[in-house]
Amino acid sequence: MRQLGERINHMTTPVSATPHMTTWQQELTARIRVKWIVLQTGIEERLVYRGDFVFSTLVRFLPIVTQIFLWNAIYAGDSSSKMKGYSYPDMVSYYLLVMLSRAFSSMPGLSTGIAQSIANGSVRKYLIQPVDMLDHLFWHRVAHKIVYYVIAGAPFALVFWLCRAWLPGWPPFPVTAAWIASLIMSFLAGFLIESLIGLIAFWFLEVSSLIFIYMMLNYFLSGHMIPLEWISSWMPWVEWLPFKYLAYFPAAIMLGKVPVGDLWRELSIQAGWIITLFILNRMAFHYGVRRYSAFGG
Amino acid sequence: MHGMAAIEVENLNRVYRVFRKKEGLWGSLRGLWHREYIEVHAVRNVSFTIDEGEMVAFLGPNGAGKTTTLKLLSGLIVPSSGTARVLGHLPWNREDAYRRRFSLVTGQKEQLWWDLPAQESFRLHREIYRIGAADFQRRLDELSDLLEVGQLMAQPVRELSLGERMRMELIAALLHRPEVLFLDEPTIGLDVVSQRKVQEFLSQYQKQQRITVILTSHYMKDVEALCQRAIVINKGTVIHDGPLASIVERFSRHKIVELLFAGDIRSTDLSRYGKILESRAPRVRLQIEKHRVSESLASILSDYAVDDISVMERPLEDVIAELFTADDKLVPSNR
Ligand SMILES: Nc1ncnc2c1ncn2[C@@H]1O[C@H](COP(=O)(O)OP(=O)(O)O)[C@@H](O)[C@H]1O
Ligand SMILES: [Mg+2]
Repeated sequence: MRQLGERINHMTTPVSATPHMTTWQQELTARIRVKWIVLQTGIEERLVYRGDFVFSTLVRFLPIVTQIFLWNAIYAGDSSSKMKGYSYPDMVSYYLLVMLSRAFSSMPGLSTGIAQSIANGSVRKYLIQPVDMLDHLFWHRVAHKIVYYVIAGAPFALVFWLCRAWLPGWPPFPVTAAWIASLIMSFLAGFLIESLIGLIAFWFLEVSSLIFIYMMLNYFLSGHMIPLEWISSWMPWVEWLPFKYLAYFPAAIMLGKVPVGDLWRELSIQAGWIITLFILNRMAFHYGVRRYSAFGG
Repeated sequence: MHGMAAIEVENLNRVYRVFRKKEGLWGSLRGLWHREYIEVHAVRNVSFTIDEGEMVAFLGPNGAGKTTTLKLLSGLIVPSSGTARVLGHLPWNREDAYRRRFSLVTGQKEQLWWDLPAQESFRLHREIYRIGAADFQRRLDELSDLLEVGQLMAQPVRELSLGERMRMELIAALLHRPEVLFLDEPTIGLDVVSQRKVQEFLSQYQKQQRITVILTSHYMKDVEALCQRAIVINKGTVIHDGPLASIVERFSRHKIVELLFAGDIRSTDLSRYGKILESRAPRVRLQIEKHRVSESLASILSDYAVDDISVMERPLEDVIAELFTADDKLVPSNR
C-alpha cells in the first residue's frame, strides 16, 4: 500500500500545456490539472490512515450480516411466503443491492465537514485562493471513494457470493448499463444533497441537529431501512423526492422493478434531480458566501 | 521611494451586527422572535496609501480592527462603506486575477493538509496558482533554504512544531510570488528561535522581492526589525500614520534620564522628579514627564554632584503598551 502511495506520487499529470494551445484550451487544461492533483492528494491522504480505514470498512459489514439474520427470523426461515410482495430471497437481494447503492451515495462527514469549516473559519482558505470549494471537495470525495472501493471490493464480493443462492440471475445488458449509470448518479446525488445541507451552515451555524434529522429521514425515505414500496403505498409522495436515488432506485433497476421501456425516462428524472441539486448548491454557495462576507468572515 | 500605490484605502468602514443575548430564560425565549442587535463599529473611516514595495506595520490593541481591515483587503468581507483598491482590484469582488496576486497569512495556519507532508500541499499550490515546473522547483528550494526547513519537507505537517508549521505556511503563501502579502500576527505563539527565524526571513525576502507587506504583530521586536512606517489604529480609527520612530516622540509623555552621581545619594529623594526605574548607586534611571525634564535636570544639578547625564526616549514596546492600555492617553501629547 505504501508503494501504491508512492506510485501515485510520481504519476504524471494526464495533460500538460503545450505552446500551440489556444487560451481556452490552456484554461481547461489548468483546471483539469487542479482536479487531478486534488484527486491524487486525496488518495494519498486516505492511504495515510489505511489501517483505520480497512478496520472501519470491515466493521461496517457486520450490520449487513445481522440484518440478513433479522429478516430470516422475520420470515421464520420460510423462503416461499411473501410479505407485501417480497419473499425472503427478494428481501436479501434488495438489502444487498441497497447496501451497494449506499456504497456510492453515502458521504460520511461531508455535511459536518463543510459546516465545521464555516463555523471555525477554515472555509476562508477557499475564498482567498483561486479555487472552487465545491469542486475541490468533490474530487477529494472521489478520491475517498476510490480508496473505499479498493478496500471494500473484496468483502462486498464475498457477501454477494455467500448469498448467491437468494440472488436473481444477472439481468440483460441494458438493465446492467442502466444500473451502473444510476449508481454513478447516486454518487452525484449523495454528494450534492450532503453538501447542500452543509452549506446551510452559512445561515445557521448549528446544523448538527439538522444533519441528524436528515440522516434519520434518509434512512426511511431512501429505502435503506425497508423496501420503499412499503412506504410509498401509504405515502406516495416519497417517490417524488430525490432520496430514493440514494439507495432504492439502483436496486429497483437491478431487480427488474423498473420496466426496461421506462429506464430512459427514469434515468432522465434522476439526471434532472442532479442538475437541480447542482444549481441549488451553486446558489447556496453564492448567497452563502455573500452572507458570510456581510456578517463577519 | 516614489513607487506606485499598491494599496489605496479610502474612508473604509465596517460595522458588525452582533446578536445581543438577553439574560435568563425569558430573555432567551423573547430573543427567538424579537432579536436585538448591537452594532460594533470595527473599522471607522480608515484611509491610507501604501506604495509598491513598502512594508508597513499595522499596530493597535486587541479589538482595534486590524484583522477586520486585513479581511477587507483580502476580500473576505465587504465594507459597510468606503472603498479600497489593491493592485487595481476591488478586493471583495474576489476575482481569480486578484487572488493570484496576494496572500494572507494568519496565525491560524490553515493552508496545509494536516495529514500529509508539506510538499504535497505545495504541489497542489503549484497547480492552483499555475506555477511552471522550473519556477516552482527554484522557488521551493530558495524558500526552504531561507527558512531552513528543507529536511522537513517529507514529514507530515501534523508532526511539525508550531514554528516549523508557520514556516511551511509562509512557503505555501509565497510560492506563487504574490505582489502583496498580508501578515496577521505571523509569529504569535512561536518560540523565540522560530520567531527570530521568521523575522529574519521576512526581512531578507522583502528586500529581495520588493513585495508590498502589511504586518500586524504584538511583538515590537518584529515590527522594529521589519518596518519603517507604522499605522496605528485604535477602536477602528487611525491615530498615527508615519515613521515608526515618531510614535515614541509623539505618544510618550515621558523620557528616561540616566544619572551617574559623583557623591553619595539618597535615592528616595529623587522620586519627587519621577518614577525610579533602576537604582544601583551611583547609577540611577528615572522616568520623567517630558515637560518637566529640563526643570528637573536643573534642580538635580544644583542639589547633587553629578558626573554624567543622558536623556533617552523610552523603548517603543513600553510606549505602545502604555498607549494601548490606557484609553484616555490616546491624544498625542505634543504635536
Ligand atoms: N465576525 C464578527 N462579528 C462581530 N464582531 C466582530 C467580528 N469580528 C470582529 N468583531 C469585532 O470587531 C472589533 C475589531 O476586531 P478585530 O478586527 O478582530 O481586531 P484586532 O484584529 O485589531 O484585534 C472587535 O470589537 C471585535 O469584537
Ligand atoms: Mg486580530
